[in-house]
Amino acid sequence: MREVAVVAFAQTRHTGYDEGLTEPELISPILQEVRRATGLTRFGFTCSGSCDYLAGAPFSFVSALDAVGAWPPISESHVEMDAAWALYEAWVRLQHGDVDSALVYGYGKSSQGDLREIMTLQLDPYYLAPLGLDQVSYAALQASALGAPESELTGIVRRSRADGRANPYALDLPDPADEPAGQEHAVHPLRPIDVAPPTDGAAAIVLAAGDLARDLAERPAWITGIAHRAEPHYLGVRDLARSPSAAGAARAAGVGKGPVDIAELHAQFSHEEVILRQALGLSSGTVVNPSGGPLAANPVMATGLIRVGEAARRVMDGTARRAVAHATSGPCLQQNLVTVLEA
Amino acid sequence: MPSDHPPAPEESSAESLVAEHVLEFPGGYTRTTGPVIGRFLTELREGRIVGVRTAAGRVLVPPLEYDPETGDPVTGEYVQVGPAGTVRSWAWVGTPRKGHPLDRPFAWALIELDGAGTALVHAVDAGTVKAMRPGLRVRPRFRPEAERAGHITDIACFVPEVSTMAAPIRTEYRVRPGRSLARFLEGVRDGVFLGGRCAHCDKVYVPYRTTCPECGSTIGEEVELPDTGTVTTFAINNLPDPRAPQVPFVSAYVVLDGADVPMIVLLGDVPARDVRQGMRVRAVWVPPEERTLSMGNIRWFAPTGEPDVRL
Ligand SMILES: [Zn+2]
Repeated sequence: MREVAVVAFAQTRHTGYDEGLTEPELISPILQEVRRATGLTRFGFTCSGSCDYLAGAPFSFVSALDAVGAWPPISESHVEMDAAWALYEAWVRLQHGDVDSALVYGYGKSSQGDLREIMTLQLDPYYLAPLGLDQVSYAALQASALGAPESELTGIVRRSRADGRANPYALDLPDPADEPAGQEHAVHPLRPIDVAPPTDGAAAIVLAAGDLARDLAERPAWITGIAHRAEPHYLGVRDLARSPSAAGAARAAGVGKGPVDIAELHAQFSHEEVILRQALGLSSGTVVNPSGGPLAANPVMATGLIRVGEAARRVMDGTARRAVAHATSGPCLQQNLVTVLEA
Repeated sequence: MPSDHPPAPEESSAESLVAEHVLEFPGGYTRTTGPVIGRFLTELREGRIVGVRTAAGRVLVPPLEYDPETGDPVTGEYVQVGPAGTVRSWAWVGTPRKGHPLDRPFAWALIELDGAGTALVHAVDAGTVKAMRPGLRVRPRFRPEAERAGHITDIACFVPEVSTMAAPIRTEYRVRPGRSLARFLEGVRDGVFLGGRCAHCDKVYVPYRTTCPECGSTIGEEVELPDTGTVTTFAINNLPDPRAPQVPFVSAYVVLDGADVPMIVLLGDVPARDVRQGMRVRAVWVPPEERTLSMGNIRWFAPTGEPDVRL
């Protein structure tokens, strides 16, 4: 495998409301930031992740190219998924050996519509979507199948929100104890605090191969393992309390081959962290979601890419020697992508 | 650090602009079911629930085309299951949403029907959350036969084998114009067209924008453009449109004088057959006291009578 590393990462200061920016206006500053950080203005490959249903406009991702600078023509691709999968595509593209750098970005404005209902549209159109099974409802079915103690879940929310308050890019959410009393369940057993906050935001990463990576970063975050696994779509054929696909991706990426200093997990509901820790085989010595994770900021379609960026940032600044980033897509952790980053 | 509350916008500023936008397939999107799902839906319309057997002998309910364990096609053997089943896990909806199957509190549940090797996702009308528990025995309540249509929610229709179904899609959004368009509309309110000049490419873009689509650099310089220009291409539309003066109407690309890219505009005060490439046109504005933050300030573009420009 060709050596590929994360050499730059930028993200917006995510908001829990619509700032009134179009998607190109949202991503332009962070693209400028990674261009400045690397000194690169052109990239061998560009790949983005977003979801047209967030804006309700077909091919809305094409307009985002305005912020990229696509003339003379660039080599470009897009995934209708979280941009972590765009990073995966870029990593594969760099394995071809003919280009040495790639720009990856993702963005999402949850504020424009109702995310719970928009996510219904990703379900199969025969058996699930016609029921109106919304995102929080199917997550609640998974939380129910897992049956984790409420105190454990509250602890995950408390830690995530505290870390988020210390993260200048994440939202400023109160300690669970300071939430107004007597709130109704979102969908039992999920409480409103167990659900990631609707968030607008974007992120960008630059990948570079071999010597270019060494030139561009003092301490590149080398991708030493990356793998993606999926499970059946229909919820009733799965054991929702476990994530064999996350476990399989972790095994293929080599998570267990060494100690993991930090892990950034794409857990949009508190119970998902419990399932993922177990699936990835993380020990108590691993710090989970030091950024606050998705429970502190969830700009969908960038959230998974931010996990890679936050993990890489800590390898690049020397606070971690070996870090793991996880991204997910589909209902109830259906698809999982695991990346191992090392100094 | 960012908060989760927006700052209050000033009233009547462009910051307060917001529009309603709906994405919808009126009447629902037509989907073919294929033989496996079609068989399940056809049986459902008859008031029966069937699963399909995999090569390993597991009965999948609802039937899938491929065995999720092996990826092999399922056998052609359909097995009637249930109708009763057992709740394996459940989640309680205290406040139903408009897309939900029930308008009163209910449970979502994974239900293993008698004879099935998998669970079916559906709603349980249990009255109260206290009635829900894993292991709860449940039975389907079919809609009256005349209302069944071969749909997972069992809506009415008649007999031929099911081959299509409706998948309704309607989601609502609140969209804002963004800073570039908002700035442009401020110009339009004041009777001028604002463009942006890319210092790097030396090109002027209109409507105003903050990044150059050619090189991607930030556009810093705002330029005021005249309301005259030249038609580069046009189309004659024969379907009515609420924004158009009459049918047929003409939409055209007009390059404003001093701009490098065309704007799409309506043409008026001219018969459609007389419109041509190179024709000189000028914006027809509504009176100043009627102007708002809207493209409605420009009725259309009309010929100036100057000689045509050679393109
Ligand atoms: Zn330019």
